[in-house]
Amino acid sequence: MNIYVLLKRTFDTEERITISGGRINEDGAEFIINPYDEYAVEEAIQVRDEHGGEVTVVTVGGEDAEKQLRTALAMGADKAVLINIEDDLDVTDQYTTAKIIATYLGDKEPDLILAGNVAIDNGTGQVGPRVADLLGIPYITTITDLKIDGDKVTVVKDVEGDEETIETTLPLLVTAQQGLNEPRYPSLPGIMKAKKKPLDELELDDLDLDEDDVEAKTKTIEVFLPPAKSAGKVLEGELDDQVKELVSLLHNEAKVI
Amino acid sequence: MGRKVLVLAELKDNKLRNVSFEAIAAAKTIAEGGEVVSLLLGESVESLANELVQYGADRVVVVEDEKLAQYSSDGFSQAVLAVVEEEDPEAIVFGHTALGKDLSPKVASKLDAGLVSDVVDVEVTGGNVVFTRPIYSGKAFEKKIVTDGLIFVTVRPNNIPALEKDESRTGDVSKVDVEIKDLRTIIKEVVKKTSEGVDLSEAKVVVAGGRGLKSAEGFKLLDELAEVLGGAVGASRGACDAGYCDYSLQIGQTGKVVTPDLYIAVGISGAIQHLAGMSNSKVIVAINKDPEANIFKIADYGIVGDLFEVVPKLTEELKKLKVNA
Repeated sequence: MNIYVLLKRTFDTEERITISGGRINEDGAEFIINPYDEYAVEEAIQVRDEHGGEVTVVTVGGEDAEKQLRTALAMGADKAVLINIEDDLDVTDQYTTAKIIATYLGDKEPDLILAGNVAIDNGTGQVGPRVADLLGIPYITTITDLKIDGDKVTVVKDVEGDEETIETTLPLLVTAQQGLNEPRYPSLPGIMKAKKKPLDELELDDLDLDEDDVEAKTKTIEVFLPPAKSAGKVLEGELDDQVKELVSLLHNEAKVI
Repeated sequence: MGRKVLVLAELKDNKLRNVSFEAIAAAKTIAEGGEVVSLLLGESVESLANELVQYGADRVVVVEDEKLAQYSSDGFSQAVLAVVEEEDPEAIVFGHTALGKDLSPKVASKLDAGLVSDVVDVEVTGGNVVFTRPIYSGKAFEKKIVTDGLIFVTVRPNNIPALEKDESRTGDVSKVDVEIKDLRTIIKEVVKKTSEGVDLSEAKVVVAGGRGLKSAEGFKLLDELAEVLGGAVGASRGACDAGYCDYSLQIGQTGKVVTPDLYIAVGISGAIQHLAGMSNSKVIVAINKDPEANIFKIADYGIVGDLFEVVPKLTEELKKLKVNA
């Protein structure tokens, strides 16, 4: 089976966000594989181990993303592709990324594409479904279970806490929701092997794309931090009185109940 | 001048979701006096159209088909695209719900359009429609504009206030026939795991529990408190990982981001990943036995104490308030 995983390098969830020069400050920040994409990598490896084939992880970004691709290879993916847009594009959006990925995948005849259901940085969840549409294949988002039997696929989809069981066929794109699996940590032998696994680097030119072809349709004009929340009032006295005071504060002062 | 804006209405349990009315309010701002057309899809839904008008839609287009009884990206996108072609709107607004998140990228792709997802505020300045949206799960925000073509956005539930319902408003309701074909994904079974009524992302009150609840049994303590408040129950990752509750309740950087009027954190220490998912709530209450817990740094009101004592007392006290009201 020809399996692809769409992967994004994101800020570590532990990181505090600061802004300098109108942009999110990346200096000194730790980066990780987007947590939802980790589920996608894990699922891809499990599908390959059960059904055979090859797992290729693909990312669009800069040189720095090589580290996250190597991590995915160390987990067990077979090949990695970095589509490096650093020198070509200043402004990108999900339209841009999806078009680049779909162009790359256009002649690869994927059977199954997996991605995270959302990236924890921009949080749009657009790229997966957009890629599926551009490739003309069906997609199912936020899945928590995947079973493949020949061309037939049965998926469990999380819909705001409820579960839908959905039947469809390959080729297919799915996006991973938490609960799909428990991503493995790269083993030491895995890390050693990953160093020798193929990691191809491509640029827009290699995909016969011009900057104009993938020009973003939206633009960020400002980035700002929410007003800092300061610590409020910790109540004191007998517990019964505290509870009464809390209800009174919520009712009369905050007016939320 | 003004812009013509198409707004997708959304149903849950055969009722219009509140986010549909909020989307109409957002559309009104984007329209700048132009026409707001609401789009209603389903098997037999025409009777609901008038309510959309009462919340501000100028007109409603209804597409009814048995293949639209359940959501599918193929079915719903065909219906939306057919109506877009006929109406030729300059802007489109969906709710940023499970359905909206799933459908909007496909529709945007088909229309070769950009898409600004998860919008919490809309303003018009200097001829530009400017959208505010959270990034890094609410650790920061960005303002975005559409630079090319159609304006297409999804709005986060609970952030843009709906307009006041006006039962005297009238508007045209028209039906459009669309041939829905080739559904490639078929829903075989739906298992309801959430309680009736209040959806976590749309709830005005969220009662969330952490590891402090100690067990799945203990976690049930929150149900009654949430019920008295008409709210929904959420959880920290710790509580989900420990198996006290389902992952669908998880609030945080992985999980849901919520912005209710009232957030009550029970036995939650307040890891940075959890704070990302709830710190933009309007009023935050923390109940925790550890006075040093991080959660108190962002809470408006805090009670330091044993939650197994505090929560039942709080539930009782709220019941009294309800009786007296």
